[in-house]
Amino acid sequence: MMRDATPRPESDAVLKVEGLRIVLDPSGVDIDDDVSLVIRRGEVLGLVGESASGKTTVGTSLLDYQRRGAKIAEGRVEIDGQDILAMDPKALRGVRGGQISYVPQDSSAALNPALRIGTQLMEILEIHGFGSSQTDREARLAQMMAEVLLPSDKQFLRRYPHQLSGGQQQRVAIAMAFANRPKVIVLDEPTTALDVTTQAHVLDTVRELTRSYGVAALYITHDLAVVSNLADRIAVMYAGKVVEIGTRDELFDDGHHPYTRKLLASIPDITGERALRGIPGWAPRPGQRPSGCSFTPRCSWATEKCSQEYPPVEQVSPGHQVRCWRQREVGAQSSVLEADSGERKIIETAAEDKQIISVRDVIAFYQHKETLHDITTSVAEGHCLSLVGESGSGKTTLARCISGLHPHKIVGDIEFNGKALARDARDRSRATRQAIQYIFQSPYSSLNPRKTIGQILLQPLKVFFDLSRDEMEDRMVKVLEQVALDSSLLSRYPDQLSGGERQRVAIARGLAAQPTVLICDEITSWLDVSVQAAIIELLAQLQRDMRLSMLFVTHNLALVRSISQEVAVMNDGRIVEYGLVDAVLEDPQADYTKKLLSDTPTV
Amino acid sequence: MSTPEIMVNDSELVEPPVVHADRRHSEWVMMLREAWRMRRTKIGVGICVFMVALAVIGPWVAPYSPTQFVAPPFSPPDIPKMWLGSDYIGHDVLTRVLYGGRTVILLALAATVIGLVLGVTLGLITGYARRWIDESIMRLLDVVLAFPQIVLALLFVSILGPRLWLIVLIVGIGHAPRIARVARAATLEVSQRDFVRAAEAFGIARYKILFNEIMPSITSPLLVEFGLRLTYSIGIIAALSYLGFGMQPPAADWGLMINENQIGVIIQPWPVVVPVLLIGILTIGTNLVADGLGRALIGIERDTGVG
Repeated sequence: MMRDATPRPESDAVLKVEGLRIVLDPSGVDIDDDVSLVIRRGEVLGLVGESASGKTTVGTSLLDYQRRGAKIAEGRVEIDGQDILAMDPKALRGVRGGQISYVPQDSSAALNPALRIGTQLMEILEIHGFGSSQTDREARLAQMMAEVLLPSDKQFLRRYPHQLSGGQQQRVAIAMAFANRPKVIVLDEPTTALDVTTQAHVLDTVRELTRSYGVAALYITHDLAVVSNLADRIAVMYAGKVVEIGTRDELFDDGHHPYTRKLLASIPDITGERALRGIPGWAPRPGQRPSGCSFTPRCSWATEKCSQEYPPVEQVSPGHQVRCWRQREVGAQSSVLEADSGERKIIETAAEDKQIISVRDVIAFYQHKETLHDITTSVAEGHCLSLVGESGSGKTTLARCISGLHPHKIVGDIEFNGKALARDARDRSRATRQAIQYIFQSPYSSLNPRKTIGQILLQPLKVFFDLSRDEMEDRMVKVLEQVALDSSLLSRYPDQLSGGERQRVAIARGLAAQPTVLICDEITSWLDVSVQAAIIELLAQLQRDMRLSMLFVTHNLALVRSISQEVAVMNDGRIVEYGLVDAVLEDPQADYTKKLLSDTPTV
Repeated sequence: MSTPEIMVNDSELVEPPVVHADRRHSEWVMMLREAWRMRRTKIGVGICVFMVALAVIGPWVAPYSPTQFVAPPFSPPDIPKMWLGSDYIGHDVLTRVLYGGRTVILLALAATVIGLVLGVTLGLITGYARRWIDESIMRLLDVVLAFPQIVLALLFVSILGPRLWLIVLIVGIGHAPRIARVARAATLEVSQRDFVRAAEAFGIARYKILFNEIMPSITSPLLVEFGLRLTYSIGIIAALSYLGFGMQPPAADWGLMINENQIGVIIQPWPVVVPVLLIGILTIGTNLVADGLGRALIGIERDTGVG
């Protein structure tokens, strides 16, 4: 894509944020500190960071909104010279939804379920007094719907939010945000919950609308790949501070902050030329941030000075700023995107390996509806098969059929080591239940919040083995080691752990059973990209070391090269393409696979 | 939507911002704390403590024996000899008031505990098993629910006679369907979570899943329900006593006192008015506590998104 590379004059700035500091109330601990941003007319600024980096807090403070327990302590937020933070509540109401609007991550929660979408859209126009008459507003409503590529006929407008798909709901939310032709729009991860195809549509719409209306947009995300084709400039946040800001090319090709570089390296590469590298550790939460530069504990460039003093803002070039003591050395290295063409770590396997799981002519139902049609596939011993598809493609259903967790009717043969598997996990032998372990999508739901990590890990040990207290203790420490966690976590509860740590505990629980097959159901979809990379690295290593067979379910085609030998692409309950990973990704045959490939964001 | 409700992606603060390494409080401890912050809960707890103290200490400080005749029937108060006068056969009213709280509080507590154990068990089973087990048990409970609790109790007491264990049991059984509904709703929600699937995949016994995995997650709504049912128990037990099916004369009991002395209410109101007031205040106390807990529960659900 071509971009206007000449820096536009500062006077064109619509939104100016200066020295924003947001603290936890009443403790006064910083959530965000010293955040300064400028967004010009028609420009998209990507705000990128991991969980707990404070990016959402910055986003909502542009509307002078803070969730309970947070408070803006210092700073200015100006839209066209007006100070938003100094406004009285009445003026603020006029500005919100009028001059500045917000698109949330989960639009299904933001739309009123009891109102028809036409009513909701009309309401926002009426409240802000758009146009001079009802006819004006109706014309605008039709125009808005056309802009977000939705039908504007009466029947569609009479629908309730629950009658729309996730992508349609998100587009209604975007239409609502653009309704009054705002000057500034804040988009908070609006595509995280969407499929790649839908995400591609939504991103196109956002890009189109910001350009044509000259809106200044702040696009918040944890995924650099998403903003790489959308944002004009990108700000990288870490632990409440903007650590690097610059144009897309400056950051991607000439990043001067180690964090920017590590974030880039953690983006899965669909071409498979780059090895996936996670960032060890996790972003510190407010109140737990180390002194000096907060990135020091995770930084391979860190020196003594880094842990003592926070680096000042330095100019690399006009518009490209960075906060790092060693930015010169970091910048001198060639870009991660080119430099690291290191070997992929996927183990080589032979095609004639014995089948460990085989699925033949399987039809599965959800209640009385057939959701899987004639599925035939297999996993060979020591191999990893990726199951790729969008939501509703039946990939999770298939994984659950194999693990005995699908509570509805299944027809056909599912075999493990040549023996037929019972439909329900309870009807299977203890040895079979032990051999096939399932890791769930959400680590927030798969660990009992009332149990300590130790109690959670004890479960498989008690069920599958006859061990003494000490032996169990040893095993628990050992599996935690395998997933790179410290044994001090045994007495903690899940809510004291980060998402990535929780997912590691879930994997450790599976490993504690000493399985031969590991079924991973979208296990990275709730995690930050940097954490996802670390989990994938871990799985690939486990596969190598323990010769595990794996079924890896994912919606992200870009991930499969980093983990699997074979891939099956699913759509509408059918496998539309199956083959070796390289063959399928380099020369896709099915139209659906081609579409998925083209919609997957890359850097 | 003049001020569009901003739905914030709170994922970054799902966890409390400052986590203590080894001190951690479970959700219901948090709920108790939140409840304690409310004035209504403090007043409620104060009332309950006062009432329990009255029932426990009362007999020790009572001036006479509850069955001792101290004056002619319906004598007016004679301070300092008889603070509240005498009742229909000449017992000291103050003494009988001090003795009469024990039974109400004990019986009500016992009935509520029975209702809780029964209701929680049924709620866990129906919420987790679903399908025909759920359907048949819940419809059966609907039958129990169709009778007003007092009618149910009267029915059995009139057949089997006024026995204390029977009253406690029937009042408890009457509570069970209501508690079961609350427990079932919470169980339905919790059993959707993946940690229950994980336990199933390991092949852990169903009763262990119910009591070890699910029950710890539904304690908060049950705590609220306990407070509410206790209030009802007090009312029903007192009503049954008043109707003559509870404690039998010459025992001292607030419900029974109202019954015995109502004929003389115009000349000597104290033996009726004081028990009525005390029963009323006691139910207000337990209700305030239940209400505070309920509000705290809603508050917690709003803040952390977990039930």
